[in-house]
Amino acid sequence: MTTEAPAKTFDLATSSVRELNQFLHRVKEGANLPRWRVLNPRGVHAIAAGVDADVTIEIDGDVGYYCAGMNKQATVIVNGNAGLGLGENMMSGLIYVKGDVSQAAGATAHGGAIVIEGNASGRCGISMKGVDILVKGSIGPMSAFMAQAGTLTVFGDAGEALGDSIYEAKLYVRGSVKSLGADCIEKPMEDIHRAELYERLKLAGAAGEVDIGDFRRYGSARALYHFHVDNAGAY
Amino acid sequence: MNDQTRVPRTLPRFSATFDPQTTSEIRRAAATGIYDIRGGGAKRKVPHFDDLLFLGASMSRYPLEGYREKCGTSVVLGARFARKPIELKIPVTIAGMSFGSLSAQAKEALGRGASAVGTSTTTGDGGMTQEERGHSSILVYQYLPSRYGMNPDDLRRADAIEVVVGQGAKPGGGGMLLGQKISKRVAAMRTLPEGIDQRSSCRHPDWTGPDDLEIKIEELREITDWEKPIYVKVGASRPYYDTALAVKAGADVIVLDGMQGGTAATQEVFIEHVGIPILAAIRPAVRALQDLGMHRKVQLIVSGGIRNGADVAKALALGADVASIGTAALIALGDNDPRFEAEYQALGTTAGAYDDWHEGRDPAGITTQDPELAKRLDPVAAGRRLANYLSVLTLEAQTIARACGKSHVHNLEPEDLVALTVEAAAMAGVPLAGTSWIPGSPVG
Ligand SMILES: Cc1cc2nc3c(=O)[nH]c(=O)nc-3n(C[C@H](O)[C@H](O)[C@H](O)COP(=O)(O)O)c2cc1C
Repeated sequence: MTTEAPAKTFDLATSSVRELNQFLHRVKEGANLPRWRVLNPRGVHAIAAGVDADVTIEIDGDVGYYCAGMNKQATVIVNGNAGLGLGENMMSGLIYVKGDVSQAAGATAHGGAIVIEGNASGRCGISMKGVDILVKGSIGPMSAFMAQAGTLTVFGDAGEALGDSIYEAKLYVRGSVKSLGADCIEKPMEDIHRAELYERLKLAGAAGEVDIGDFRRYGSARALYHFHVDNAGAY
Repeated sequence: MNDQTRVPRTLPRFSATFDPQTTSEIRRAAATGIYDIRGGGAKRKVPHFDDLLFLGASMSRYPLEGYREKCGTSVVLGARFARKPIELKIPVTIAGMSFGSLSAQAKEALGRGASAVGTSTTTGDGGMTQEERGHSSILVYQYLPSRYGMNPDDLRRADAIEVVVGQGAKPGGGGMLLGQKISKRVAAMRTLPEGIDQRSSCRHPDWTGPDDLEIKIEELREITDWEKPIYVKVGASRPYYDTALAVKAGADVIVLDGMQGGTAATQEVFIEHVGIPILAAIRPAVRALQDLGMHRKVQLIVSGGIRNGADVAKALALGADVASIGTAALIALGDNDPRFEAEYQALGTTAGAYDDWHEGRDPAGITTQDPELAKRLDPVAAGRRLANYLSVLTLEAQTIARACGKSHVHNLEPEDLVALTVEAAAMAGVPLAGTSWIPGSPVG
């Protein structure tokens, strides 16, 4: 943290989210990696959606729906809570939220990482396609529904129907799981999984915070991968 | 000889209720324990454009000279909010059909054919391929619940974005692509294991209802800097309210797909029993647009069983801006061609009835991922056939429009039409032929 460029500010009390996003979309490779500070977000939607540049955007306050949606490369820090669909369909980069987040955080996200200090509501990681999500609090029901790839790590508890119809995503939960969804099962936690989990925590800067040995692993039983009459009840 | 043997016998009689089709399905269900899945649209007869007629010109209406006087066909889509609206030269477009359900060659052929006549093609549940982007001068990118292959680069490469809420063949249903068609390339594009039976969800993962959709559309506009027209596609079921809500959510264009509309693979029971015919859906949708002062400002694209220029002209006369085709485009490429009859027979069917598109064994090389079968379709020749067919649709629609005295196909109006049946009169809101009677009361 020595050569950090000074942050430029963008005040959403006096400018529109359109102006902010248009500006961020013009930041391309070769810019001197500026840091942006966004003031007075006041729950506005689509803040920093569609950014495709290696910049840091720090938002001071609560954000509305789809903050950092489809993010590529950028580091987006929310010093507050986030509304629905945080980082939906993110491709790469990092999203870090100090507070709690609403439903469908990281929905369909393909890559990058999302770190949530607080809790995440239902459908966290729904249809995720490669993102690594870390929630330090608990997550709501129907999380990781149809999750295809990536990891979802939860320090707290998980709500009902975790991992319903899950494909190949990996779920690590330290607390309790209210119930597992169709075709989601607990799987043995072996050395390679502990190593993977450690790696994820390290990347999120959370390696020392918890005991890896406390986590349990969940994933697909792969019984619904082919239509079969005997599984009709599960569909 | 016994006198009794000469008693006349009545012919064996099949039940209209338990007809041979029905009884064969009961036997199939009893043997397998699973519903029937197939491609295509509703096969039973429902009220359709055939039940309408144009009146043409007469004492009070003057026709235009067939080959001389101009009859415009172009249409601009998306001027409501998009900075870069698109212009189609003809009032017919190619509906969204996924790479995965169709071969890469078929997608390329669709792009070539549509581009040759100045219209658009649409991606589908499976992302955008290089082939179709490269060969489609105007490409609409579908935004579906599964979000397979969705990424911001393709979003920006697209000319318009279509948020898919539903499809006429299965309003309320998600997609499916069975293992036979999940090739390595298809699996990679969808982030799925190869060869599994894939189900795509029926609801979007990060929004529910029209209020959320409004915010979702705003996000898509933000990501693309308000350049692209945004369409909302719905299956025809409650067209008045769905149209009104889509307008409220900020759509530039509404795509309305009737129950006859094709699908790559869906349960037969869904295809035949959910949703309403496009004939019944257009007027309520148009009325919603008119009630909101948005008719011709928010464009209406309609589909579901469009086959010829008369269907196109009738759809436009009822108030649509553009007609969209799926099944007919595949037939123009070569789907169900009788020259493959021997192979259709080997698959237990016949040319014209083949609908096991989900199995990926299409002799015409269109609804398959088998490289050997797919090679059979020459994208250049198939694209030319599609371009020819699209030209014929346009010429036919112009022929009718001129006969009705219209200098643009959009000047066709309900007053140019009558219905052959009471049902069609009620659904299309036009008089029964020879009467001034419009049965039924309008929705909304
Ligand atoms: C092979 C095939 C694949 C399709 N895939 C999609 C799709 O991915 N997304 C979608 O919204 N509609 C899909 N559809 C529906 C079409 O977009 C369109 O609504 C329908 O084909 C129109 O009716 P028609 O086939 O009678 O012309 C598909 C249709 C077919 C025939």
